[in-house]
Amino acid sequence: MDPVLTRYIREPNCHTLAFYEQHGGYQALKKAIGMAPDAVIEAVKASGLRGRGGAGFPTGMKWQFVDKKSPRPKYICCNADESEPGTFKDHVLMERNPHLLFEGCLIGCHAIGAKVAYIYIRGEFYHVQLVLEAELAKARAAGYVGKNIMGTGFDCEIHIHRGAGAYEAGEETALIESLEGKRAQPRIKPPFPAVEGLWGCPTAVNNVETLCNVPFIIERGAEWFTSIGPEKNTGPKLFCISGHVQKPGTFEAAMDVSLRDLIYDPKFAGGIRGGHTLKAVIPGGSSVPVLLPHQLDIPASYDGIAKAGSLLGSAGCIVMDETTCMVWAAQNLLYFYKHESCGKCTPCREGGDWLHRLLGKIERGEGERRDLDLLVSVANNIMGKTLCAFGDAEATPVLSTVALFREEYEAHIREGRCTVPAPWRSAHAGARAVAAH
Amino acid sequence: MDYGRGHHKSARALPEEGPAFAYTAENRARLEEICTRYPPERRQSAILYALFIAQQQHGHLTLNAMRHVAEVIRCTPAEVEDVVSYYVMFFTRPVGKYVVQVCRTLSCALMGAERVTDELSQVLGLQPGETDAKREFTLLEVECLGACDKAPVVGVNDDWHECQRPEDARALVEGLRARGAASLTGCHLKVTS
Repeated sequence: MDPVLTRYIREPNCHTLAFYEQHGGYQALKKAIGMAPDAVIEAVKASGLRGRGGAGFPTGMKWQFVDKKSPRPKYICCNADESEPGTFKDHVLMERNPHLLFEGCLIGCHAIGAKVAYIYIRGEFYHVQLVLEAELAKARAAGYVGKNIMGTGFDCEIHIHRGAGAYEAGEETALIESLEGKRAQPRIKPPFPAVEGLWGCPTAVNNVETLCNVPFIIERGAEWFTSIGPEKNTGPKLFCISGHVQKPGTFEAAMDVSLRDLIYDPKFAGGIRGGHTLKAVIPGGSSVPVLLPHQLDIPASYDGIAKAGSLLGSAGCIVMDETTCMVWAAQNLLYFYKHESCGKCTPCREGGDWLHRLLGKIERGEGERRDLDLLVSVANNIMGKTLCAFGDAEATPVLSTVALFREEYEAHIREGRCTVPAPWRSAHAGARAVAAH
Repeated sequence: MDYGRGHHKSARALPEEGPAFAYTAENRARLEEICTRYPPERRQSAILYALFIAQQQHGHLTLNAMRHVAEVIRCTPAEVEDVVSYYVMFFTRPVGKYVVQVCRTLSCALMGAERVTDELSQVLGLQPGETDAKREFTLLEVECLGACDKAPVVGVNDDWHECQRPEDARALVEGLRARGAASLTGCHLKVTS
């Protein structure tokens, strides 16, 4: 598949309005404004576009659920909080192709009857925000954003909203809370944002990559989109490969590409780093179950990876070679989750800390046999027992590594030491993790 | 969400702490411009920007700064404190001129981030979380910065430094001392034109 979303990203000035206009920019917007909003939604539904943020929910349906009869204003909130460990694709799109995102936001607003879109960008992406702000000003000056867009009578504003460091702000209702000027904590659903979202108004929260696909669907048609990739897993997709590979990076492919090719093909990540062998892969950001080397001959699609027992998630694929201790890896991730838990639900807030402590104990060689059962028990008491998906995300690294690498956990307990030490790790990291809290 | 008139708001006051604080006229104007991005009755949405600007002006957020933000944003001081204590990019204690933030999450850790922290800790004579007496450097470990393909990544204030090797810790510190942010790699994608 020829790249669609990232076609021009290596060309100089590809982020500028002039470049975007020369390559057909904002023509899809013009076409969309000429269509009835429902027709835009129908086109997106027919394309089969699924949300690229993690959950894979059909975008057209999400837009259709927006309560159009409500007398209140409607909003698009673009989720640019990209924080799932192992994920760095939206960053590329915003940095190199900001106008594509603006165009996607504007078409989305037309479709759901919104006059304002907010792009919620994580605070750490400040250099990206500077690009967005500068290009947004140009788009506004050129009449693509603001009043009477392209002389069509359509009014729509886009604003950039800067986050301040919170993984949980990537959860759609927590993102809305944060946009309202509060802690990024999730809300009880229902009501869903489509009915009561930002300031109680009907809201669609869409990921950056999702919105970036929309102009192409309008311009080239749903049929073109469905011709890319397998059924129900249509359209171009960005994959982020990091960890122990030769060539880490963001790669665009159709979702019929195999997970093995993404990791080994020289076109993509180019295989495991010199002299090493593959041990485990987390295919969809740190929150999804681990896959083993023999499980990679599957399409890297929502359904393909789900069938293998994991999730495509945010398509952040973390690759680990044989030098990686899986107890250490789980501990590393549980530090992340306990640190980022918003604290609203007890199982997640308390359980994350317990899991991290237990993993630390086992990793240090102080684990007892009963700790392994306790670890699984605590994880199972978080799973499915929280308001948002964070709880499941937190329990998953533990449950999945214990299931697949139980022998490694047992060896740590039996031998009273880490049995897979690596020279690239630090003897002090464990103590630091304890000292930090 | 609208909670109606019965919704409880904490009346907890913040004591005075730090020097008297008020936005400079220029910063206040910047903030008021940002407030126009939200409906007039939704000024609280600008609170993160209000805090970033206050932090930029004073270096960190004192309770006096938070009290001023509450006044300007028209919310309670408790609501400001609630937000400040939640988001990791706000500092309630003085930090160094350079806040060095080593990403410690899995992809960076797989590429040696733990040892990057070790070496920086040694060179700076600081444990993560500490600031030196001259307030030149603060060392922090932070969670995934979203640059996992260029691991280990180190944030320095609002800039990035990519593919930091443990053995180059001294070079990173000396570079910052000599040339400031210009010594950093920046983001490999960074738009330069």
